[in-house]
Amino acid sequence: MRVLEALLDVFRNPQFYSISLTASTPLIFASLGGVFSEITGVVNIALEGIMLMGAFVSTAFTYYTGDPWIGILMAMVVGMGVAWLHAWASIKWWGDQIVSGTAIILMAQGITGFLMKPVFGQVGQTDLEKFKMVKHITREINPIIKPIKLPIPEKTFLGQAIGTISPLVILAFVSVFIGWFIIYKTTLGLRMRSVGENPEAADTLGVNVYGIRYFGVMMSGVFASIGGAFLSVGDTGIFKELMTGGRGFIALAAMILGNWNPIGAMLASILFGASEAFANQLQSSKLIEVSSSVKPLFNMVPFVVTLIVISGFIGKTRPPSADGVPYKKTD
Amino acid sequence: MYEEYAVVMKGIVKRFPGVLANDHVDLFVRKGEIHAVVGENGAGKTTLMNQLYGLLHPDEGDIYIFGNKVIIRGPKDAIKNGIGMVHQHFMLVGNLTVAENVVLGSETTRGGVIFDLREARRKVKELSERYGLHVDVDAKIEDIPVGMQQRVEIIKTLYRGAEILVFDEPTAVLTPQETEELFEVMRRLKAAGKTMIFISHKLNEVMEISDNITVMRLGKVTANLVTRETNPREIARAMVGRDVVLRVEKPPHEPKEVVFEVEDLWVKDNRGLDAVRGVSLKVRAGEIVGIAGVAGNGQSEFVEAITGLRKIERGKVTLLGRDITGLDPRSLRNMRMTHIPEDRHKYGMVLQYPAYYNMILGKHWWEPYSVRGFLNHPAIFEGSKELFEEFDVRPRNVNMLGGNFSGGNQQKIVVAREVSGNPKFTAIAQPTRGLDVGAIEFIHRTILKLRENDVAILLVSMELEEIFSLSDRILVMYEGRIMGEVMPEKTTVEEVGLMMAGKRLEEVRT
Repeated sequence: MRVLEALLDVFRNPQFYSISLTASTPLIFASLGGVFSEITGVVNIALEGIMLMGAFVSTAFTYYTGDPWIGILMAMVVGMGVAWLHAWASIKWWGDQIVSGTAIILMAQGITGFLMKPVFGQVGQTDLEKFKMVKHITREINPIIKPIKLPIPEKTFLGQAIGTISPLVILAFVSVFIGWFIIYKTTLGLRMRSVGENPEAADTLGVNVYGIRYFGVMMSGVFASIGGAFLSVGDTGIFKELMTGGRGFIALAAMILGNWNPIGAMLASILFGASEAFANQLQSSKLIEVSSSVKPLFNMVPFVVTLIVISGFIGKTRPPSADGVPYKKTD
Repeated sequence: MYEEYAVVMKGIVKRFPGVLANDHVDLFVRKGEIHAVVGENGAGKTTLMNQLYGLLHPDEGDIYIFGNKVIIRGPKDAIKNGIGMVHQHFMLVGNLTVAENVVLGSETTRGGVIFDLREARRKVKELSERYGLHVDVDAKIEDIPVGMQQRVEIIKTLYRGAEILVFDEPTAVLTPQETEELFEVMRRLKAAGKTMIFISHKLNEVMEISDNITVMRLGKVTANLVTRETNPREIARAMVGRDVVLRVEKPPHEPKEVVFEVEDLWVKDNRGLDAVRGVSLKVRAGEIVGIAGVAGNGQSEFVEAITGLRKIERGKVTLLGRDITGLDPRSLRNMRMTHIPEDRHKYGMVLQYPAYYNMILGKHWWEPYSVRGFLNHPAIFEGSKELFEEFDVRPRNVNMLGGNFSGGNQQKIVVAREVSGNPKFTAIAQPTRGLDVGAIEFIHRTILKLRENDVAILLVSMELEEIFSLSDRILVMYEGRIMGEVMPEKTTVEEVGLMMAGKRLEEVRT
């Protein structure tokens, strides 16, 4: 009974909803990125690595300029660059997209780990206090993007849940809508979908297959890196080695569950984000004793949910036909 | 110059490494006619058309469109010159709707960026009504039948303002009814003043639809014929370079004991629906039993089930008096059952294997190809070389990869493997799909030779012509059931056609 009460208690707590949103946001960005890439026919498991780069770059530039928005902007640039690398290998050179993606993940993990010391002066994770001690910045800096207050009375349940919210969370939902509009309502989107489904047919009609694929992959880099940056400058204010912790892959799962549709991917991301928040809240519940040795088990919850949902839904979703297949122009 | 012609290709030469694909080819297509270009596979028809459509560029020669000399650099130039191509393998995007497919690449827009689907639908509807093309503009391509997909391809060319339409083997994928519908559409287009080039190697279709014929052989034009003044025999001679027997003669042959028997067979398709619903039949030694039907009426599932490739839900299969229901392909092969599958690339051969392995697949565990569990390569080479000679596979190179042979020669490899080694029963599906007249004649002769050697033969084909000329008995399959059994000499194409459309023999004959 106590366990049941603890479960109900989680749902009654407004904090659960605000944490759910925070946990969902990086997934929303990254899964939207996944949609952009895969809908044009390029599998992008590099999302995990691009997110990590985004988290690192945004922290580094915030550290040196004092402005987390510049950090975000630079993360987008670098994310696009890393995605370009994946696009170049898999579009221009018909490389195996899984291999290229894996290589980028490993590269991102290596580079960010290696640069910890030269950039932040310490390994493992950055220290909030240290930000204030950088010599060339005289004023005190806030490494976290300032949340905005929504006009909702603070005392209400809703106000406590989402009254104060990071602008990046709002940007995530706006991006999803824009992404959906591009993919389903513009000529560019029609061409993106055709290129991912039957590039040869698109080519005979004068659609620039390679150009559109580059666009899709590079946009995925932009979105995934914002998702990564949210983890650091959007939420915690610190960068930790390997801090993405598999979220890039969960985002891919959300994309599949959402049937390669931005709205669907967003809903799936919220489901996975909520399960993360749920596990988080439950293990710190005062109603049940959770010994620290079992806590890692709770961290599995989002992954278990992913597995269950994916195995239940996988037959009902349909990937783009040419997803993962390099297009070779014949002449 | 050439004002009365829609298309003139003059002195076209196209070389590929080691091959002269087009050797000073002249093609004259008058305005508003349907002009057939015929020839065997590899005669250079498609190469010629690809140069007209800008996918290839001629090494020598000139192209004139409506009297103007043009240089066609790519499909975009071709479209600009009013040339549209209906490809053999449809160039359609499966998850987009008909309207979206038609306008893709030249979309209707609002403000140049936003896709105007309403306008696209309107235009496509208008085109489809004007030429009687009957398409559902909002259906997704993957949900519509092949015939309608082809009409979408035609609308695509019309939407881009095509005056000259090139049809590359358009009937290869169609049922007889769909072919008739296509010809109706072509006649309507002709009445509307369009010029059409029709590439084919099916002579009866060429005779039916075309006005003039250009025949190609080995990269050269061998004949320019007026359809009204010629006949299939003359075309075939120009195509093959010798007299061809269009319908092989079937000597009388008395069938012997029942070898193969199926009782009340039920099989499901990939979606789990009943594809074969209670089929029973017998095949005797030295007899060819033909199964006619429109594609997708359970024939494929039936053949897969009896050859051990698909699960049998209910019923009994007997070979030489032994119950073989549900046996695996290897056991069936050990009982001398062989199978010429309808999809030679998927089930017939391994394209990445050299020919000598493809020649022994399915009997590689037999002596002499295998000795004590090890492959005996000298015997494999020898056996393959002999079969290459016997079945005239070209080129005579057993080391060449299966995928590098032409379609006709690939099929010869499959047939050679399946008919050699004294089979008792052979299931043959679509043996001549995509082959040219010369290869068809060879395959048909081989099947009849098998019959003379008292092999029991089950022949599944969508080609009525083939069923009629080879079978001793014809069964017609419709939605997984046998509609009736007829003798080829005592029935008509119309009667069989009605059964293919779902009428039982009793209903047809009353």
